[in-house]
Amino acid sequence: MNASGSPVPVERGPVEVLLSIQKVEKQFAGRPVLCGISLDVASGEFLTILGESGSGKTTLLRLIAGFEHLDSGEIRMAGERLDQIPAHRREVNTVFQSYAIFPHLSVFENVAYGLRAKSVARAEIPPRVTQALAMVKMSEFSQSAPSRLSGGQQQRVALARALVNRPRVLLLDEPLSALDANLRRQMQVELKSLQREVGITFIFVTHDQEEAMALSDRVALLRAGRLEQVAEPREIYGQPATAYAAQFIGQTNLLRAEVRDGIANAGPMAWPSAGPSGAATFSLRPEAIRLSSAPQGARPAGGTAHFHGRVQNQTFGGAMDLVEIDCGNSHILRARIPSPGPLVGQQEFEFAASDAVRVREGGGS
Amino acid sequence: MSGALQSSRAPLLTTYALLVYAFLYFPIVVLVVYSFNGSGVGGFPPSGWTFDWYRQLFADASLWDAVLNSFIVAAVAVAISLGLGLPAALALDRAQFPGKALFRRLVLLPLILPGIITGLSLLMLFVGVGMKLSLVTVTLGHGTALISVATTEIFAGLQKMDRAQEEASLDLGANHWKTFWRITFPNLKVSLIAAALLIFTLSLDEIAVTFFLIGRDNTLPLEIWSRLRRGITPEINAISTLILLFSISTILIWYRLRTRTQHAGESPAEAAMLPSSLEGEHS
Repeated sequence: MNASGSPVPVERGPVEVLLSIQKVEKQFAGRPVLCGISLDVASGEFLTILGESGSGKTTLLRLIAGFEHLDSGEIRMAGERLDQIPAHRREVNTVFQSYAIFPHLSVFENVAYGLRAKSVARAEIPPRVTQALAMVKMSEFSQSAPSRLSGGQQQRVALARALVNRPRVLLLDEPLSALDANLRRQMQVELKSLQREVGITFIFVTHDQEEAMALSDRVALLRAGRLEQVAEPREIYGQPATAYAAQFIGQTNLLRAEVRDGIANAGPMAWPSAGPSGAATFSLRPEAIRLSSAPQGARPAGGTAHFHGRVQNQTFGGAMDLVEIDCGNSHILRARIPSPGPLVGQQEFEFAASDAVRVREGGGS
Repeated sequence: MSGALQSSRAPLLTTYALLVYAFLYFPIVVLVVYSFNGSGVGGFPPSGWTFDWYRQLFADASLWDAVLNSFIVAAVAVAISLGLGLPAALALDRAQFPGKALFRRLVLLPLILPGIITGLSLLMLFVGVGMKLSLVTVTLGHGTALISVATTEIFAGLQKMDRAQEEASLDLGANHWKTFWRITFPNLKVSLIAAALLIFTLSLDEIAVTFFLIGRDNTLPLEIWSRLRRGITPEINAISTLILLFSISTILIWYRLRTRTQHAGESPAEAAMLPSSLEGEHS
């Protein structure tokens, strides 16, 4: 980010930067896959690289692991160049999407593989393997053949096989995508507590935004090879930087507004906005819209925007109902309103002006 | 290809298929039957049941010399073709180099070329470099001609392998060399054994290339052929029956190994360059 090449501080205050990715570019056959990625990862952090398929997230992971070479830019680990070291000498381990368990070796030998490859003292191997298998609750399968294990069990072996080497960074490439929904939730919880327990930096790749929200300290949202936003889950949800981020993470209403003299106008709605004048896009989360108790005109008052609209559709959803509001001029807003009872016809609604977050349009390509 | 159509034509098709099989295998059945025929090769129907020809066969030292020669040639040919086929298959599978598509086709060429061409060109080469024709030249010839079989078999095995396994090995700290011996090679073991069996069998009954390169010592097929010029003897039928048994069992083992790996490997990448014609060509 800064031209002098000194490490850029992480946004989360005075924590040690472990992995520093600087202006990384990567093309495949002339097609740009990663364009100027700069990202710092703190020691002990759980960072998720979130993106649709084809966004370049796996490529970024493979660059860190050393399976691909970058075209330009650099990756540093604790200040040292990482991208010039061959994959087998990096203090980084990977949990593969396909698990890539060695079929001809027992579970024990799979886990011991890295220790043997690095010529760890013979006596040290059994206790370390046993401990790693215990950590993922696979002790009893030590002598099993991998072909006898279920997908979830293979996943655990893959985790143990990586963690036993005590890497500085653990890379996880959509490790949960092959598991069914229940097992997946269970593994999310275990993965998170495992990460706290071992204190190793996790870089987790997924296309599942809920998974990213649930697991991560920070989320790096990748779109078409560019970083859209890097922030804590709450921040990326509450203060999305771009229209894409707002839509990709959770549901949202995008309001195309015109800002003039500190007031944003979008159809029947108006609310105070401090930003510069001109056309602007705002993200308004469905749960920010409430039923209004004080029927008024559509004038901004006390930082609250009021508007009325016709309830077009109402879907019962337990604690929250999903309500589609037709505000005229083909403005349809989606709202999540706690137990409103049946709503019919014209209703008054309101939202806090601070909940309408101004976002950048476009970005990416 | 509707089911109804299929079943209505079934009787005709079945008869037709049976005829084709009869056409294919009747001569072989005759050969086997006459190896037990009491009145030798002449006469129909065969009369009398005897093991005499087999007894005679086991006393025939020069024939067994030829068998031994054939086995030695086949074993060394296996070593040569696997030794050269493995790097070729690795290059085809993972290296990018100019002219790769051409190389891929050229590797297959000896398989398609008539044995006469291969034999003749090898003969000219060996004569050109002043090598005396002997079992050594035959072995070199077999080894060369069968590299394509080795390459295709091993390439098929490589295509079925999950490359993430090799990446995992590198990731865990093993260098490329260790990764090859501890991960790639064990994964290829079945393909290598299958290729060895197939090449051994093919070498064992090779005539065309052998014919050009043979010196003083005969391989079994050539020994049989030279004896045939003096007339068919039931002894030949007997040894042919034994070879037939040996070949069939080797091919069966090869086929079993091959189908097993196909089921084990989940990757759908079936090697496009696999010579399917090979499966039924030599039996």
